[in-house]
Amino acid sequence: MKLLVVEDDRETAVYLAKGLSESGYTVDRASDGREGLFLATGGSYDAIVLDRMLPSMDGLAMLGALRAAGISTPALILSALGSVDDRVKGLRAGGDDYLVKPFAFSELLARLEALLRRGAVTAATTKLRVGDLELDLLTRTVRRRDKPIEVLPREFRLLEYLMRNAGHVVTRTMLLEHVWDYHFDPQTNVIDVHVSRLRQKIDKSFDSPLLHTVRGAGYCIRAPEPSAPR
Amino acid sequence: MIAEKLVSPTLGSWTAPQRVFGNAQRLLRTHAFRLAALYFLVFAVSVLGVLLFVYWTSADFVERQTEATLDAEITGLAEQYAQRGLSGLVQIVAARSAGDRGDGMLYLVTDPDGGPLAGNIAAWPAGVPARTGRLSFTTAARVRDRVETHPAQGASFIIPGNYRLLVGRDISDAAAFRNRVKTTLLWAGLVALGVGLLGGTAMSRNLLRRVEQVNRTSERVMAGNLSDRVPLDGTSDEFDQLAANLNRMLDQIERLMTAMREVTDDVAHDLKTPLSRLRVRLELALLGPADGSGQTEAIRSAIAEADRLLATFNALLSIAELESGARREESEALDLSEVARSAAELYEPVAEEKGFVLSLAAEPGVKVRGSRHLLSQALANLLDNALKYAGGGEIQIRVEHAESGAALEVTDRGQGIAEADRETVFDRFVRLERSRSTPGNGLGLSLVRAVMRRHRGTVELADNRPGLRVRLQFPELVT
Repeated sequence: MKLLVVEDDRETAVYLAKGLSESGYTVDRASDGREGLFLATGGSYDAIVLDRMLPSMDGLAMLGALRAAGISTPALILSALGSVDDRVKGLRAGGDDYLVKPFAFSELLARLEALLRRGAVTAATTKLRVGDLELDLLTRTVRRRDKPIEVLPREFRLLEYLMRNAGHVVTRTMLLEHVWDYHFDPQTNVIDVHVSRLRQKIDKSFDSPLLHTVRGAGYCIRAPEPSAPR
Repeated sequence: MIAEKLVSPTLGSWTAPQRVFGNAQRLLRTHAFRLAALYFLVFAVSVLGVLLFVYWTSADFVERQTEATLDAEITGLAEQYAQRGLSGLVQIVAARSAGDRGDGMLYLVTDPDGGPLAGNIAAWPAGVPARTGRLSFTTAARVRDRVETHPAQGASFIIPGNYRLLVGRDISDAAAFRNRVKTTLLWAGLVALGVGLLGGTAMSRNLLRRVEQVNRTSERVMAGNLSDRVPLDGTSDEFDQLAANLNRMLDQIERLMTAMREVTDDVAHDLKTPLSRLRVRLELALLGPADGSGQTEAIRSAIAEADRLLATFNALLSIAELESGARREESEALDLSEVARSAAELYEPVAEEKGFVLSLAAEPGVKVRGSRHLLSQALANLLDNALKYAGGGEIQIRVEHAESGAALEVTDRGQGIAEADRETVFDRFVRLERSRSTPGNGLGLSLVRAVMRRHRGTVELADNRPGLRVRLQFPELVT
């Protein structure tokens, strides 16, 4: 997987490149908007990590030029501006996700993975499967080993989001944004309790747990090792 | 004295004449002087106009009176002549000339050669042609025991047979009256102009003095004396109003400056503690055993500390942005019950786990204009607080129509907040003594208040008997 990091602050850029390389990505760096646009139009990247405020060409302008040139490489915008308004502007300009600085590296990694997977899940999918857990998007029902599981509407959406990102870490902030549409982090561990309730329903009466807590990062739903396809 | 007040410090070393000259020049440039000069000019022109009018009308009146008397006299004599001929005319002239009637009337009838037949003038006046018409002449008049030459006006007639008749009037009294009026008016004019000059000067001085007061106060404030104020003279005129407004503005500036200084101090103080904690943890990690055991844990807690710091910074920034109006959030008509329902649904499991009962009582159709994001955040802060401090029991979210708009209430059954603390808890970093042990940055309620101000609403704390009742009051929705 090849990534392009467009960031003018050298220290942040080096830190991002190092972290991403260690996570198994190949990383190219650009330090301003023009260079970023040049690299992005030439190279074939799987995703772009883009700082919003850049010298010579603003991040949003660069993204606009890129999209106008018909290049739809998924882009994650990094910005110090965190209001909902700024976020909406960034997403309208062609960004696929928006992360407010400062951020935890694990958060960036989780979002980047979600972004890279986005194309993989086809829109025609009506059923999501993880191990023996099955979620039907049409009938809005959940079954495990053919045994129906009662879930609340919000729990259904929570499970859906986790299952769409099966095998990958999903952070609490991502859950708040995508399941509750809350763009701030409450001081109370509200998400943890929701996840543990969901876990009660899908894992309690089964011997192999699917929903795991990843310390310091978030949650991950994945099939147990023996039956995993890979 | 004006000059004294206008002396600027740089002119202080000048010699006296230069100083007076410099001050005069400066005075000429002032708006007050120009105003006074204009005032004086308008005043002078109108006084002059009035005086000229008075003079002209009174002179005209005297002239008309002379004309009318003459006309009446001539008509009378003409009638006598028509009825009784020349002898009748001579008789009546002689009769009227006899004795001093004091009305200044002059008569003379002469033969064709100018020899007087009757009248109170000794001879036909020199230089006056013998013809019919109006004329001015001089006459010798006896005033007590002196003979004076008086001006006179009248008419002469040639009567058939070349006899001549002169009817006139001594107009020396009228001339004297006119002179008197002229003199009086001249003096009146001078006095009026003098008063005008004095008034203009006084006015400009007063104006200048009060402008100077404002100037001096602003200079002192700019020099750093923020508590200085423009003196009021209690007349509540425009200048007093201006001064009062300026003082109010200075009050606000001073308040803001003080608040800003306090906030800066608070920020410095409240961030120093976690920063030193962070430093200590990193130092301890460095001092730890060389095999690296324990370092991971130390770094983890350092990261957690840094995250808390960043959260505090973010909260501070949000509050500052909201209060300064720099932050733009989309504002829309939204259902307050929906906002409350969403928050209740998010918090219900965690409340239950912590031993609370979270309930929602929402009237339908309670709409407000605002940002769903900001209101959710404010409500989340209130719920975080209730979960942190109330200990247990019921937490209720209530959404209702209020007399002027809408209200959202969060009530708990905890210890509540003492009345004395209900205002200060909204200040940044303020944490009550008993909450010191629980984690938190003391910014939650500050943010709630900033959000409510942004929505032109208010936030009030009250006693829930027992517990705390937080009421968010929204203004009426204008569609």
